[in-house]
Amino acid sequence: MEVVVNKIIPFSSVDGPGNRTAIFLQGCNINCKYCHNPETRGMCQKCGVCVDKCPQNALEKRITATGEIEIVFKKELCVGCDTCIHVCPHDSSPRTSVMDEKMVFDEVKKQMPFIRGITVSGGECMLQPDFMTELFKLAKEANLSTMIDSNGTIDFSEKPELLAVTDSVMLDIKAFDCNDHHRITGANNDIVIKNAVFLAETGKLFEVRIVVVPDLYDAEQSVNDIANLLAPYNAQNNIRIKLISYRPMGVREEYKNLKVPDAKYMQKLSQILYNQGFSDVLVV
Amino acid sequence: MRDISMERVNNTRQDILDIIKSSELTHEQKVVNMANQADSLLEVLDLPDGLDELLNQPIDTQCICDLFEGHAPLRPRYIVPDYAKFLKEGCKFLRLDPPKDLYEALNHLLIFYKHVPSVTNYPVYVGQLDELLEPFIDTVDEGTAKKLIKMFMLHMDRTILDSFSHGDIGPMPTKAGRIILEVESELQDAVPNITMKYDPELSTDEFTLKAIDCALKTAKPSFANHRMFVNELTENYVIASCYNGLPYGGGSYTLCRLILGNIAKRAENIKDFKENQLPYVMDIMARYMDERIRFEVEESGFFDNNFLAREGFIHRDRFTAMFGLVGLADAVNILLEKEGIEGRFGHSQVAEKLGVEIMDIINDFNNNHYNKYCEITGNHFLLHAQVGIAQDVNVTPGTRIPIGEEPEELIDHLLVLSKFHKYFPSGTGDIFPVDITVHKNPEFILDIIKGAFAKDLRYLSFYSSDSDTIRVTGYLVKKSELEKLAKSEAVIHDTSALGLGASRNGHILERKVR
Ligand code: SF4
Ligand code: SF4
Repeated sequence: MEVVVNKIIPFSSVDGPGNRTAIFLQGCNINCKYCHNPETRGMCQKCGVCVDKCPQNALEKRITATGEIEIVFKKELCVGCDTCIHVCPHDSSPRTSVMDEKMVFDEVKKQMPFIRGITVSGGECMLQPDFMTELFKLAKEANLSTMIDSNGTIDFSEKPELLAVTDSVMLDIKAFDCNDHHRITGANNDIVIKNAVFLAETGKLFEVRIVVVPDLYDAEQSVNDIANLLAPYNAQNNIRIKLISYRPMGVREEYKNLKVPDAKYMQKLSQILYNQGFSDVLVV
Repeated sequence: MRDISMERVNNTRQDILDIIKSSELTHEQKVVNMANQADSLLEVLDLPDGLDELLNQPIDTQCICDLFEGHAPLRPRYIVPDYAKFLKEGCKFLRLDPPKDLYEALNHLLIFYKHVPSVTNYPVYVGQLDELLEPFIDTVDEGTAKKLIKMFMLHMDRTILDSFSHGDIGPMPTKAGRIILEVESELQDAVPNITMKYDPELSTDEFTLKAIDCALKTAKPSFANHRMFVNELTENYVIASCYNGLPYGGGSYTLCRLILGNIAKRAENIKDFKENQLPYVMDIMARYMDERIRFEVEESGFFDNNFLAREGFIHRDRFTAMFGLVGLADAVNILLEKEGIEGRFGHSQVAEKLGVEIMDIINDFNNNHYNKYCEITGNHFLLHAQVGIAQDVNVTPGTRIPIGEEPEELIDHLLVLSKFHKYFPSGTGDIFPVDITVHKNPEFILDIIKGAFAKDLRYLSFYSSDSDTIRVTGYLVKKSELEKLAKSEAVIHDTSALGLGASRNGHILERKVR
């Protein structure tokens, strides 16, 4: 089955344990104010705005034989200046590719035996559960581990087939308080919290990611609540908590001046987690 | 001995005076450099015709380089003593009985090191440290063992004044190996260079991760493909100097190198390079090496008189020689340009294919060259991808991809290397600075090592882009020491001067961070 792939990072050291190939799918169902990759959110509308702005003429607007508009990306001309994604009015990118699970897996195979697994991220990859199920089956046949990186807004308990071939999940909890979550992302978090518990119960919750943005919500309260929620499960299956300091890189102009939390504050948050028995706490 | 001109004598006298007055050299460095100057006045080797025109040239035309071995080699370049025998039996010449505990073992080794000659006058190999120390490790409590080993390593750094000094650990985890990694993480010194021999069956992930953690703090150990070396050199191999695989209880008589880029400049086209220029230069270099070896074995008296040989810590018939090369990338790029073919080494199939063809020619030549004193390696030399020297300008080390031209993705970089590492039993290696975030995920590097060795890579080094101790080409320096030297202050290790040259000419601080 076909999906739109934003990019594939052959060797990633930050998308789960060890060396992994990370696959970023296009399209997201929420809209975080501090989104670090806004160009992965929307689907290309073929408006052509980016085509004229590309300094390398790496983009071309074509009409196909059937009369459809097509945005052609010439990779060999691209210098990665990112002008196209900055000018795109639809939070999208012209540098995506339509790929099915076999094509994606062919890209993954190039990294073997250097990688231990793959991670699918986004956008929000849980919008494409069937694609992931098929891709993960191929990965499993090749003895690669499989991980999902998700914003948690889609109910995992309704995707048993996918979970059967998924080793573990990295889950964002953007805020524990539902109102905060709504303000930051435009979406409620009841499913996120449900997922956290469900995945922790089934031993599939590898990592919880918390982006700390002091100007947007009370992270200390949120970390406290998350610690309380997950501590019972952490005792059985070690859960890694990654505390991510908000940084303005890649963020949309209007939110670039949000305050970056200082090291002392991050230290305080990790101490809350250590006190609750979490031993694997990363601050990045 | 042949006569030389008075002009040459006077020039050398001036050079000696300059050394005496230098503000950048320590006393030890002055003594060594003066001895080299004296040696340069000798003319005792029966040199092959045509050598002078290839050897005594500026760096942009020089085709053969003998890496400062001097005109009358009085000892082998690299000596790899059997330290295990020493710790078991003691040494008559040094009047040392076998050590009974860790105190004595460490003290014995430090004494012995002062008597191991080499081209740098410092030991290029200090032993398989974990195996040597493991039998003594429980003669004291663990806290004491750690303190003693820390002092031992510190002593080495401050008295072995050259980073071309190498100790090995692994492949098996040991208590001594763990302690060595712990104290090295704390000391963060440049000497000795350390290699962990890695074998997926014998090394545990836990121990290897400890080694990786140490490497991210202090740029060592590097990782050697144990199985590959065992297949070529048997279990009795060591990693010495930069990353040189050599037979234990022996070593290497000499190391000369082909500067392939400059040989390519002489060629009209690829055919001329392959059929005429390269074979011509290789033949002269091999005969030059034969002559150096002959002098060492038959005339210098080293193997008859030195206590290492007399007491069996080294054996003449476990010595081989290293047939080195630099600038494969340069040669490929120059030749493709001459032919008007597009493509650069590291970025095109055509370029890599040409690189492999050139390596096959060199490999075949070496396999057909006979030297009667290299019995241990089938009477052939061992190929060596040399790391470069400070004076190199526009010379790419060994078969590396030039700094600044590394492929965007590490995977593509590794796949290029995997075609070339197999040719070099006496050493080759590649170096990867890694981003700080990897500290939180050392398994990332473990996976790369496992994959790389499964793909026939031989030797890999990693360092964190923000650490003070960094790997220059094959040896380590401290960035803080380079800064001192750049201000013309004397610094303790002579390799810092090489590092400064390499940072100016070789752009080592500009490697692509992974
Ligand atoms: S990043 Fe976008 S705008 Fe820049 S060269 Fe590539 S396609 Fe063109
Ligand atoms: S990437 Fe954005 S700007 Fe470019 S055609 Fe698609 S929607 Fe328009």
